[in-house]
Amino acid sequence: MAEPTDTPLRSQEEIAARVKALEALLIEKGVMTTEAVDRMAEVYENEVGPQLGAQVVARAWTDPEFRARLLENATAACAEMGIGGLQGEDMIVVENTDTVHNAIVCTLCSCYPWPVLGLPPNWYKAPAYRARIVREPRKVLAEDFGFPIPDDVEIRIWDSSAELRYWVLPQRPAGTEDLGAFELAALVTRDSMIGVGPVKAAGA
Amino acid sequence: MNGVFDLGGTDGLGPVRTDPDEPVFRAEWEKAAFAMFATCFRAGFFNVDQFRHGIEKMDPAEYLLSNYYEHWTHTVEHYAERAGAIDPSELEKRTRYYLENPDAPLPERSDPELLAFVDGAIKAGAPATRESDKIARFAVGDTVTVATDSPEGHTRRARYIRGRTGVITGAHGTFIYPDTAGNGLGDCPEHVYTVKFTATELWGDGTGDPNAVVYFDVWEPYLTPASPEGA
Repeated sequence: MAEPTDTPLRSQEEIAARVKALEALLIEKGVMTTEAVDRMAEVYENEVGPQLGAQVVARAWTDPEFRARLLENATAACAEMGIGGLQGEDMIVVENTDTVHNAIVCTLCSCYPWPVLGLPPNWYKAPAYRARIVREPRKVLAEDFGFPIPDDVEIRIWDSSAELRYWVLPQRPAGTEDLGAFELAALVTRDSMIGVGPVKAAGA
Repeated sequence: MNGVFDLGGTDGLGPVRTDPDEPVFRAEWEKAAFAMFATCFRAGFFNVDQFRHGIEKMDPAEYLLSNYYEHWTHTVEHYAERAGAIDPSELEKRTRYYLENPDAPLPERSDPELLAFVDGAIKAGAPATRESDKIARFAVGDTVTVATDSPEGHTRRARYIRGRTGVITGAHGTFIYPDTAGNGLGDCPEHVYTVKFTATELWGDGTGDPNAVVYFDVWEPYLTPASPEGA
């Protein structure tokens, strides 16, 4: 069934032609180049993505002093690992516990911590998530993401309305005491750092 | 401005639809649209707040029915035209040309300085913190109410927090003020705070989720001290 915002106004062919025309004019004006397009795409397709956030989380799980620094000043702690930059100039990490579950959103646009999570998925930028996660978080997490949060756990939604960029430190899964940081990082999902999904189970 | 982009609490938009196999860019044109932000920022067409405001001024029906990178294209067009860098009739003409000749090449140009800028910006970012000698009017633990006014132009005071009362949980120093910067009126730094609102305060008894809170970052001019109980 078509949902309320499903019907595009323009075809992909029309959009592609419009963007290509704009790109051509901006190249002629000396504003951009296809090299710059390729470089930026390459960086966010292959270098900057949720694997970096996962490395930070795994280190926080294995190094209590680092975890304390991460919660105190996420930008500085990530910089220790060479991680940071555009749209992560002032990052704040919020920690899940047995009694608190966190999730992030940007209701006004689509702010997201690029240096640790990469570019946001389309559902994060689409109207439904932005509208509903602040209004009915328990329902959205349970029904839309299949990730129910127990009633006795407080849900905290962080609306990134200024230039601070929030992301979530999920709980270390049970049965991972023998795993090192490299193996732990493989368990950390993008959605667990947004707060809309679990980390993977050990041995999964 | 009050607009459809201000989505927090809007009903009737259907389910969240995820795609686990979604690539970072779903089409080549999305890559070009993405790169336009950084390159046009460098060219001085807009600051980040103006960039957002250009999206907010889209036709509201079109806003809801087009995707994120179409929004970006819209604001780039708006500011590139305003800067006199592109001519709308030429853009229409070229669009028709590429629609009929989708594989026609783009103009060739090389610019090592632009590549260096892109690399530097990705790594270093563009901080929005700004020094100011303004004394913070509020502190962590203060109970505050968000102003109810509806300013014209760009603002980050979402409608769902206006008039609501919460507690300051973070004080972050001074940042560029979007209500001036986004409207071309300068950085005018202001203190930024995180305010915690209960779901009941935002949505009402019996409607707000139990045991849930929303944290929202505000600039100091959005806030007033909360009235004492019963005042």
